[in-house]
Amino acid sequence: MADTMQFDLVSPERSLASLRAREVQIPGAEGDLTAMPDHAPLITTLRPGVVRVAGPDGEAAFVVTGGFAEITGEAASVLAERAILAAEVTGAMIDDLVAQAEAAAEAAPAEARDAANKVVADMQALRAAVGA
Amino acid sequence: MPSLKDLKNRITSVKSTQKITKAMQMVAAAKLRRAQDAAQEARPYAERMGAVINGLALSVRGSDSAPRLLAGTGDDKVHLLVVMTAERGLCGGFNSSIVKVARYRAHKLIGEGKTVKILTVGKKGREQLRRDLGDYLIGHVDLSEVKRIGYANARDIADQVMTRFDAGEFDVATIFYNRFQSVISQIPTAQQIIPAPVDEDAEASALYDYEPSEEDILADLLPRSIATQIFTALLENAASEQGARMSAMDNATRNAGDMINRLTIEYNRSRQAAITKELIEIISGAEAL
Repeated sequence: MADTMQFDLVSPERSLASLRAREVQIPGAEGDLTAMPDHAPLITTLRPGVVRVAGPDGEAAFVVTGGFAEITGEAASVLAERAILAAEVTGAMIDDLVAQAEAAAEAAPAEARDAANKVVADMQALRAAVGA
Repeated sequence: MPSLKDLKNRITSVKSTQKITKAMQMVAAAKLRRAQDAAQEARPYAERMGAVINGLALSVRGSDSAPRLLAGTGDDKVHLLVVMTAERGLCGGFNSSIVKVARYRAHKLIGEGKTVKILTVGKKGREQLRRDLGDYLIGHVDLSEVKRIGYANARDIADQVMTRFDAGEFDVATIFYNRFQSVISQIPTAQQIIPAPVDEDAEASALYDYEPSEEDILADLLPRSIATQIFTALLENAASEQGARMSAMDNATRNAGDMINRLTIEYNRSRQAAITKELIEIISGAEAL
């Protein structure tokens, strides 16, 4: 069994990371999951959260706001709408994201209100997760 | 016959024009590199997204729960044409070639009895389309303040398109832009974005597990995919614009050079003619004495 797999993190504007990883923690829409080499092929959507990568060259964490992840036995690719290195995230940025999410929740029609409120909660949880 | 002074003035003015076109060419070359890099950087995301959507679409298509963005409204009466052009001119046939393709499509659809609505992105396309298709313009997105196109710009356009789609304003949406081939060749392209086209030849990605269900993922991804396609188109357009401007300005610089040569020859000839004339006058004056 291979002990590392290819990890790619791409946003629409550019590719943020491409490295070998031992494990990748992904905030899936239906719960967090950790992908390791030889994981069963899976595609999942993301909720706002933190993607953590651990590899031979150290660890890295990225804040993502949504998107999806494609996991195969040899690779994990995260396609994030917005992704920021967790170390660079500031409290103001999170305030901004929370405000945006709240505005969206406010404007959302009744049937989408629950989902929008969940996004707000996820955004607020981000603050604790990155300690900003 | 223009006087020597006139010729001299013209040469000076052509020379300063040449300096401007030369500078514009160099600016365009620098911007082109940046635009190309941006297009390159955006490619992996767009390609992955396209592949995943296509795989999902192949397996979901046909089921009743397929999202409307994929299945369409079941009609194709009202077409939305999103025409993306530049905010500036002086870039050769760049704007006209997009407008030409869009106009041809619009007239064809109108001829078939369909309703056409046009959303313009970029000032130049709007100006050209207003002349004969002014009644069909329903909106305009202004990017003249935008220095560097970001994903947020694309999402704004996508949101606008989706809001109109959800309101039942159109059945089919197509984007028009120039695909960047090389500095001298940009291909005007029409690409259907709603309903999402499905590539039949691609193999279905049946081996994946989906979390949540395929339909839910698709419903989440399709709007993103539309924004991504618009983003790709905007970036291709930006690169094409700079490429087109670069070659147009290169031509202009060369033309100005030719013109300067021609005018200089003419100037020298007339100067020589004037000297010869004066000499003849002096000599014949001297002979007469």
